[in-house]
Amino acid sequence: MIKHLLSGGDLDADTATEILDTAAEMATVAGREIKKLPALRGRTVVNLFYEDSTRTRISFEAAAKRLSADVINFSAKGSSVTKGESLKDTALTLQAMGADAVVIRHPASGAPHRLANWVDGSVVNAGDGTHEHPTQALLDAYTMRARLGRLAGLSVAVVGDVLHSRVARSNVLLLSTLGAKVTLVGPPTLIPVDIAGALAPGTDVSYDLDSVLPNVDVVMMLRVQRERMNDSYFPSAREYARRYGLDGPRMRRLPEHAIVMHPGPMNRGMEITPEVADSPRSTIVEQVTNGVSVRMAVLYLLLGGNNR
Amino acid sequence: MAYPPAARSSPPQQPSVKVILASADVQRVVDRIAHQILEKTQGAANTVLLGIPTRGTPLARRLADRISTFEDVAVPVGVLDITLYRDDLRRHATRAVGPTELPPGGIDGKRVILVDDVLFSGRTVRAALDALNDVGRPASVQLAVLVDRGHRELPIRADYVGKNIPTSLAESVKVTLAEIDGTDEVKLYGGTAS
Repeated sequence: MIKHLLSGGDLDADTATEILDTAAEMATVAGREIKKLPALRGRTVVNLFYEDSTRTRISFEAAAKRLSADVINFSAKGSSVTKGESLKDTALTLQAMGADAVVIRHPASGAPHRLANWVDGSVVNAGDGTHEHPTQALLDAYTMRARLGRLAGLSVAVVGDVLHSRVARSNVLLLSTLGAKVTLVGPPTLIPVDIAGALAPGTDVSYDLDSVLPNVDVVMMLRVQRERMNDSYFPSAREYARRYGLDGPRMRRLPEHAIVMHPGPMNRGMEITPEVADSPRSTIVEQVTNGVSVRMAVLYLLLGGNNR
Repeated sequence: MAYPPAARSSPPQQPSVKVILASADVQRVVDRIAHQILEKTQGAANTVLLGIPTRGTPLARRLADRISTFEDVAVPVGVLDITLYRDDLRRHATRAVGPTELPPGGIDGKRVILVDDVLFSGRTVRAALDALNDVGRPASVQLAVLVDRGHRELPIRADYVGKNIPTSLAESVKVTLAEIDGTDEVKLYGGTAS
């Protein structure tokens, strides 16, 4: 097993499958009266969040607590970071307190990789800048496998703001490792030139959502990051929604079995309409539930044994 | 299973292998345990068999099968994975987690009989009792093992024992079962060849 989880590309097919299989066992704990396992008793997990997050932080916290680890939550707001402490000094502080794992979210791409060189414990990337978010990719893969029964040979469309999306990048890396075929869809301004070839061979790019929809098993809608909406990547929100938003008529053009995913938080009415988000094809709520199981599996596999 | 270190004498001698139970013996022993369970539980009413992976699982299925042959009662069978409850988790590389499958009726208020192949230190059973505690509240818990080789490190004993094998710590006991290994056999390895 690997020591850190920094990128969707860190995982080979066997390791990724082991995580998904372990997550399936962890999921059974959620159905029990006592939702607790003793596997990480006495271990300390620090959630180091330099960026706002609800579901990822809570998901990691729930996962660590269900495995009986001690959890320390650190958010940049209200900490010494506002007094100007550097990431390295913060890391060394955590190290001195005996953190066995650090779960980090940071606005700078690559921050988790730097951190991994400074601390002895395991580092889990919970989203760095516009770079990667590997546990999201794992929970997406888990959700696809749970709904569709397999990953190899699946055709997955990732739609929207690929340029700024760490979710998209991690998903392309992981899904292609696991044998799925990814098509990136969005306006040309939001899909970096040559991203497909640079990330994983076999990845396609399309600028026309309607032509892609009839042939996919999974549509993954990405959040349009509102903070970038004035940067003229597209003329207007309405035009974006008309060309790349998933609404009822578009959903009905999908194959019968196809599912609709979204990593959240959603902009209802922008990239996805409420009709689609609340339809039985949507896995958005399942994704949150599966997130806890997948993060339990990751924490157990990184910290459960003597892998040092 | 690793052989114990070779004795000081040279040239190195072959570690001794002794067949304790052959295929037919294993079947007879399983039959006897099934009879004992029926006797001690007054017909195996309100009883659930839980196998501890890996080899406790097929043993539990066989016992249920024999019990239904002898007395025509269907005893629910399940699997109890104890990986996350082991006390030596952090002494080894991370272990893969196996499935836990409880029978549809659950285990609350039932008489649970844990089934394993070899009873040795008792630590596996301790972990199983902890795991059981988290998945339900049985009325009582019993333990059935194919082989008891002694050397307990915890105050644990079995209710049903297929075969008591006095061993030294230098020896190792290996159980093979047709469902997993192709043959039914119990072998004793190592120690001083006699």
